[in-house]
Parts: sequence; C-alpha cells; structure tokens
Amino acid sequence: MPDDAAEFVQLITADGSRPSTSLFEAWVTDIDDAQLVARYEDMVVVRRIDVEATALQRQGQLALWPPLLGQEAAQVGSARALEDKDFVFASYRENGVAYCRGIPAVDLLKVWRGTSQSGWNPYDFGMATPQIIIGAQTLHATGYALGMQNDRSDVVSVTYFGDGATSEGDVSEAMVFASTFKAPVVFFCQNNHWAISEPVGLQSKEQLVNRAAGFGMPGVRVDGNDVLAVLAVTREALERARRGDGPTFIEAVTYRMGPHTTADDPTRYREPAELAEWAQRDPIARLGAYLRSTGALTDEVAGTIDETADRVAAELRAGCLALPDPEPLSLFEHVYSEPHRGLDRQRDHYARYLAMFETAPTRPAVQS
Amino acid sequence: MTSQVMTLSKAINAGLRQAMTDDDRVILMGEDIGKLGGVYRITEGLQDSFGERRVMDTPLAESAILGTAVGLAYAGFRPVCEIQFDGFIYPAFDQIVSQVARMHARTAGAVTMPITIRVPFGGGIGAAEHHSDSPEAYFMHASGLRVVSVSNPQDAYTVIQEAIASNDPVLFFEPKRRYHVKGDVELESSGQGRNAMDTARVVSEGRDVTIVSYGGLVQVAVEAAQVASTEGVSVEVIDLRSLAPIDFEAVANSVRKTGRVVIVHEAAESGGLGAEIAAGITERCFYSLNHAPVRVTGFDIPFPPAKLEKYHLPDLDRVLDGLDRALDRPNSLSGLEIS
Repeated sequence: MPDDAAEFVQLITADGSRPSTSLFEAWVTDIDDAQLVARYEDMVVVRRIDVEATALQRQGQLALWPPLLGQEAAQVGSARALEDKDFVFASYRENGVAYCRGIPAVDLLKVWRGTSQSGWNPYDFGMATPQIIIGAQTLHATGYALGMQNDRSDVVSVTYFGDGATSEGDVSEAMVFASTFKAPVVFFCQNNHWAISEPVGLQSKEQLVNRAAGFGMPGVRVDGNDVLAVLAVTREALERARRGDGPTFIEAVTYRMGPHTTADDPTRYREPAELAEWAQRDPIARLGAYLRSTGALTDEVAGTIDETADRVAAELRAGCLALPDPEPLSLFEHVYSEPHRGLDRQRDHYARYLAMFETAPTRPAVQS
Repeated sequence: MTSQVMTLSKAINAGLRQAMTDDDRVILMGEDIGKLGGVYRITEGLQDSFGERRVMDTPLAESAILGTAVGLAYAGFRPVCEIQFDGFIYPAFDQIVSQVARMHARTAGAVTMPITIRVPFGGGIGAAEHHSDSPEAYFMHASGLRVVSVSNPQDAYTVIQEAIASNDPVLFFEPKRRYHVKGDVELESSGQGRNAMDTARVVSEGRDVTIVSYGGLVQVAVEAAQVASTEGVSVEVIDLRSLAPIDFEAVANSVRKTGRVVIVHEAAESGGLGAEIAAGITERCFYSLNHAPVRVTGFDIPFPPAKLEKYHLPDLDRVLDGLDRALDRPNSLSGLEIS
C-alpha cells in the first residue's frame, strides 16, 4: 500500500475509529452525528445512483457510464463544504458532487444516453457542464475565480480533476494563473491511482501534493476515503480563498474501485489484490462503523437510508427510460447565439430534405 | 460626425477604447498588452485608462489566456484576448475549438461565450518563423466560431467593436502589414449597424472579373484592378471581411455579373478559404461562370524565411497573372494541360 495514515490528513480511520488528534478537527467542530449520518446517506445514495447507472449501461440504456465507486467520500466531503453561491468546474466523474449540488440524478444520464451534451443549466446549480477534455476545466475555474475577484465577490470556484490530469499542460497553466493573481479557486485533485490503465506513478514520481509548492500555493494531502477529513481540508481551502489569500491544491487520496468507464476492463492492467486492499478502506463502510460505534446509525436509520436510495434509483431508471430523443432539426440549435447565414442555409436545406419523406414514395430496400 | 485620419493599428486601439467605455464587462487579456501596450502597441494607453484588472498582462500561456477567458465569460465578462502572433495561437487551439467554440451549443444556449480573439496575422513584414502565419482556415472549420478580418482603418474601428458586442466568439485577424496604413475613420460609426462584421464589402465595382480577397491582400487586389483597367479590363474587388460565415450573397451577385473570379489569399492553397469560395460560387452560379474559379494563394509550404517571402506571397504580378488565367488571356499556365 503506497499510502499510510501518517502521510495525509485523516480524522476517521479505515476501521472506523476517531482519534481526534488532528489539527483539522478544528474545522469540523460543528459537525455532529446527525450531520455525519446525512453525509452517510449522501454516500449511500450516490453509490446507489452509480450502481443503477452502471446497470442501465449494461442493459443498453446508456452508451457509457463513468463509475465513481470508491470515491464517494472525496466527492461528498468536498461538495458539502461548498456554499450554494460557489461554482464547480468538474470532470465527467463527479456525479457525487453533482448530487450534492442538487442536480436531479436523471440529468446526469442525458449525456451518456446521448440525448444532449449537457444535463443541466450550469447557473441553476452553480456547477458547469462536466468537462471531458482532461484538465481543461481547471482553466475555466481559474477564469471564473478571476471574474469573482474583479466583482469583489466572496464566491469561490472549485475545480475537480484526477491524477492523470496533473500531467496536462492546462492544469499547470491554471495553477500558474491562479497563483499569480491569487485567484479564489480550489484545485481538488482526486488521486484515484488510475488514469484508465496508467498508474499514478506514471504521472509523477513525487506525491502530487508536492507540485503545489512549485506553483507557490499551499497544498494539503487528505485521506480521500474519509468524508470528514475531506470536509475539513476543503473548508480550510475555501476559507483561504474567500478571505483573499488565493488558491489551494488538495490531493485527495482515494481509489477508483471500478473501471474507468463501462467500456474499460481493469483486470487487464491491475492486480485483484490491490482492489481487495482498498476495499478495506471503503469510505461508506468506515463512516458506517464509526456511526454505529457512537450509536447514531441504527438498523432502523440504515434501513430508512436504503429505502431512500432505492427510491432515488427507481426514479432514475424511470426518468432515464422516459428521456425523449431529440428532434433532427435540433442539430442546428445553439451552435451560434445569433443568426448565421451559413448554418441557417444548411438547416433550411436539411429541413427540405426531411420534408421530402413526408410526400415522396419510399425507395425499394437494397437487396444485400 | 467626427472623422479622423488614423492608422489601422490606431483604429483598433480606438475601437477597443470605445468598447471598454461602452461596457465595463469588456476586459483585455494578453502577453505584454498592459504596460508595454502590446508588441504592436494596439493596446497602448488602455491600461493607464482602465487599470490592471481590465487590461491584464497575463503569464505566457496561450491555452490559459483562452481557458480563463472561458471562465470569465461564464462569470459574465466579455474577454478580448490578444494572441501576440499568429504562430503562437496553436497552444490555445484546444481551448478555442473544444471549449470556446462549443460551450454555447454544449449548454443548450445557457452559457454564452462573447470572447474576441485578436490575432495579428500574415506575412510581408520580413519576420522570423511563427510570426507570419495565416491560420484562419483552421478556425473556419470549427463550428461555433466566427472569423473576420479587416483591411482598412474604418473597418478595423467598426468591426472590432462589433466583434466584442457579438455574443458569439469571434476570431479577429489583423493584417500586420497594414497596421501602419492611414485612412479616414468615422468615429461615430454606430449608424453602420451590425453589418460590417457579417457582410462583404465591394471595394471597387467592375464588369469583367471579380477578385475576392481579405486582410492584407485587399490592397494588392485593388492595385491589380487599377493596372488591369489600363488594359481595358474592368475588375470588381470584394473584401470579404467575414471569413466564417462567408457572405456568398455578395460574392455570387458579383460573379453572376462578371462570370469570372480570382480568389486571393496568403494562406496555403489546400483546404484554404479559396477552396471554400470556389466551391460555394460553383454551387451558386455555375451557369454564370465563363471560367473555372482561379486561386492565387501562398504555396503549400511552411512560411519561408524572410528573404523568400516575396516569392511565396501573392503580389501584384501574380494577381495579374491570375486575372489573365480567369480571362483566358495569355498567362503563366498557357499551353499547360490541366493536371
């Protein structure tokens, strides 16, 4: 195992105990058991959404799905630290973050069912359309933060990306800009150890958090499977940004327990033993163990949470199957925000072509 | 109405100043644009007037200039990004074509990208490598972008303001070789409406043959028309201004009249604007054509060393030769079988 507890901020251990020795405890003194139960519910529901979406893909209802299995604490802990007014620029795997931002689960599926390129209006939830180009969104977050700075707002932008993205030039450029201008942005890197088949060691010979110093910003390494620790370090980073002291780089050490996407087969490139070892650090099991030890999580509470998760999953499935296929002429919508003589002509010609089928006799089928 | 004689570079500067005065969400970003006023002094004096946050000297990272502009647009700003030289735009290519161009479509219209990308472009100034490129065709091919170029101070002043006011992203190509050319500029040009950016301009009317050009070579086309007129040939010169979309109505109207067309640009021939115009004209006015469309362009080569650029760039004689080809008069290719 490459990481041990001494190397990162951890408030709840893998076996569910809480030593309360970390200085970061100061950032979560207001978090009582009831709130931890709520985070437990978040993670259970997010995992249930993930499992249901994976099933929908296996059943041919989605073209693809990028599972977040194992990363629930990193996403829920950080997203629950945000205020509504903050703005998220994430990659395609941050479905747990989207859930915490209040985005209806079915909206997560539109892209993967192929009915649209964006599931929601970014301004409705303070979360940009998930980015597929690796690392590109870190620049958007930095630019948004510069805009907030210009407006003397205390809004913070947060960008999510993975260990693979840290090799992209855009991420380095974003950290240069953010540092130079002291932009109110948090760089939240989920080190899930794998970029499709490439291990994190191929991206960096150093711990990723060490990059922060070179860009002149604080870096913090956190146990990404500990929802409380993630909440604490994200709060600290947000507070730093909000008071005008600039960006922070967070390396959340977690593990992608599933494939990169449903099209991937991780058995081709990683050992089952590694997966088994990380299963021992499962983010949901550990918080569950802790909350059972305090008495906050009873069988009854757990049962209610499971019912909620099942209901969300059922709604997700029904919503997915009900998503309408877009009309052919919608191809031409929104490419430009103002009239465009070239595209308007193509649209007109294609409309005429489509109209032809309403009146023209059908051509005989080709014999093959 | 105030009219003033100024250079093309000064006209862009005046247009930027007016746009920034009209709308405080307009901000300029780029390398050396603040204290220095840009390597071509296009932004001279603007940081003094509007401050460091509205005229931002950025770190040397073109992808970041465009990528942060996307975030600023998300936040309701109208960024005007300067790419210092044409050949420096490629590191920003991904952000331009994958993000700037597509964000409005991706978000079903929720997020607009009113970003203007200013690019000094083209050769004719004896520059080092990567300082004379004509990369406009790459961006014409990327749906979601508008691409414009100007050839004179008046259009520079008007079109830069229209580009900034547009809610769509606009590539604004500035012909470096024309920066210091002077002309009358009507400073209160709002009466021209939003048409200059979207429409081609008939520079000089003619009957026998049409030259279609843009940017730095419009003046060469005008000179060719003047020489041709001494030989009794009446040439119509069209300055496209909008490269994407192309104002085919204006071009086709001219070609229907003349029946012959020569397309002139600095960029390489293959896959260039000339190909698009030739195809578009052929589709629209095939039966008006008396000769196949003729292209006079840069060769399909990397931009050559300064001492060779005069052979690479279309000049007066090459445009005249192109006119001769279109007019079926003796020319450099006479007697050569088409291959």
